[in-house]
Amino acid sequence: MLTELTNGAPPSALQAALEEQLSGADRAWLHEALAEAEAEAEAEAAEARAKAGAEVPEPVDRNRAQWPLPTWEIRFAEAGRHCHPARRTAQEDPSTPSTPATAAAPCTPAAPDAQDLADAARVLLLHAVRADLDTTTRLYSHGTAAERRAVLLALPHLSAVTTPAGSALPLVEDALRTNDTRLVAAAVGPYATQHLDQHAWRHAVLKCLFTGVPADAIDGLSRRARADSELARMLRDYAAERTAAGRPVPDDLHRVLVLTALPDPAARPDTTARVEITADPTEES
Amino acid sequence: MRIFDPHIHMTSRTTDDYEAMYAAGVRAVVEPSFWLGQPRTSPASFFDYFDALLGWEPFRASQYGIAHHCTLALNPKEANDSRCTPVLDALPRYLVKDSVVAVGEIGYDSMTPAEDTALAAQLQLAADHGLPALVHTPHRDKLAGLHRTIDVIRESNLPPDRVLLDHLNETTVKAATDSGCWLGFSIYPDTKMDEDRMVAVIKDHGTGKVLVNSAADWGKSDPLKTRKVGDALLAAGFTEDDVDQVLWRNPVAFYGLSGRLRLDVPDAPEPLHEGNSILRGGE
Ligand SMILES: [Zn+2]
Repeated sequence: MLTELTNGAPPSALQAALEEQLSGADRAWLHEALAEAEAEAEAEAAEARAKAGAEVPEPVDRNRAQWPLPTWEIRFAEAGRHCHPARRTAQEDPSTPSTPATAAAPCTPAAPDAQDLADAARVLLLHAVRADLDTTTRLYSHGTAAERRAVLLALPHLSAVTTPAGSALPLVEDALRTNDTRLVAAAVGPYATQHLDQHAWRHAVLKCLFTGVPADAIDGLSRRARADSELARMLRDYAAERTAAGRPVPDDLHRVLVLTALPDPAARPDTTARVEITADPTEES
Repeated sequence: MRIFDPHIHMTSRTTDDYEAMYAAGVRAVVEPSFWLGQPRTSPASFFDYFDALLGWEPFRASQYGIAHHCTLALNPKEANDSRCTPVLDALPRYLVKDSVVAVGEIGYDSMTPAEDTALAAQLQLAADHGLPALVHTPHRDKLAGLHRTIDVIRESNLPPDRVLLDHLNETTVKAATDSGCWLGFSIYPDTKMDEDRMVAVIKDHGTGKVLVNSAADWGKSDPLKTRKVGDALLAAGFTEDDVDQVLWRNPVAFYGLSGRLRLDVPDAPEPLHEGNSILRGGE
């Protein structure tokens, strides 16, 4: 549920949902980190006002080694070790790793939402600091996979400051080139829906099917797939390739194919899309 | 048998290795940054490598049900190359990352002044970041190298109980034990320790503060050596609890000093699962 929230809900709702899951100490960490990020945003805004009308600012060298990091960036990096699900930290000292009790069950059950909590905290931090194009690009290029994922998830919240519109698209394109399904899933959110051209978007859909990212992760799927005969052709070709190799066709492929056959509400002429694999269009939700 | 390999270079290994390691009981690894065999010519080359240890490699490991952490550093060999030393200035921004559980591998290779500088600077970085340090002991002139290493650690701000001295053997274990550091042994065909010698060392020195690793990399090495040591210990009459201490609890305790160890690995290994991006690789 937190994942869905991360992907588009207003920050206040995201923060409320996150706080519900955190222990007291982690909640205190989050409040302090967000306050630091807001203070940073205020300081930068004040600096920008003071400089208004002055000479052009020096370009940022993104490869420059920056130390010390602004405090909020350290908070951004360490979010994963400060956002444990509350039920876990309630019974364990968070500074010591969980150790399995028996040899038969060598690892404690995964805390299923630990990654979601870190994602949410990082998205909130990026929103609080009003991360612009330079900042998002720097954090992405210096980031771990988890940090990159958070930058991607935050992009829809940062449209007002990552100007001009669509300028953060290279980050989405970078993520779509990886084979890390966590990054691919985060890349196909509302920002991609809004800014990826149709060719790149089709390849993103195919990549999700190819790497096992659930089609549900693709924002705006039913709207964008509708009446897309070229996407339908790509899906059928992929299905044929899988079938020829004796491999199963992913269920999600059938689902997307059904979507491509739905009529375009704007009555775009659709000459080629034909559903060859029967499926119930109502199963789309 | 649950196994934590505290020193293995998975970047150089295949997915078959991950699968075999999981089957042998490996559930957690630490991958230290090291020399890649081919010299690097710029800091940017290190940054791509660090990014891989913080991104792609943990993802690969997770696909096979194995928790992956790393240690980052400028390695001793390349500490001598002025094209690489600017890496030291960039390390702080990497050392704050969630899955970095130590500074390493640092230490001596040829015992040069440049290595002195890099070792001292990186022990300080470990102290500054609340991280322990993984210190490699040199392959050549090992005993003299160990003494010099211990001297530098004593002069540093990092207490010895936050240092793991690695690649130890029969000739260095005594001095290493006396130093108060943790003791690492690499079971590596031909050049380092083997299983039977390892059992003999543990018979003499006990299981306290002893860590066993495969140090598997691009050389002739075996990522299942940890398991083979576990089997050899049991065959020699050690208890399952002794084996668990050496192969799991000691590495958990040492890297747990970072406060960043997360052992909640994904549910099941997924190599059998259709739709795995690694199986589908070659795009
Ligand atoms: Zn090594």
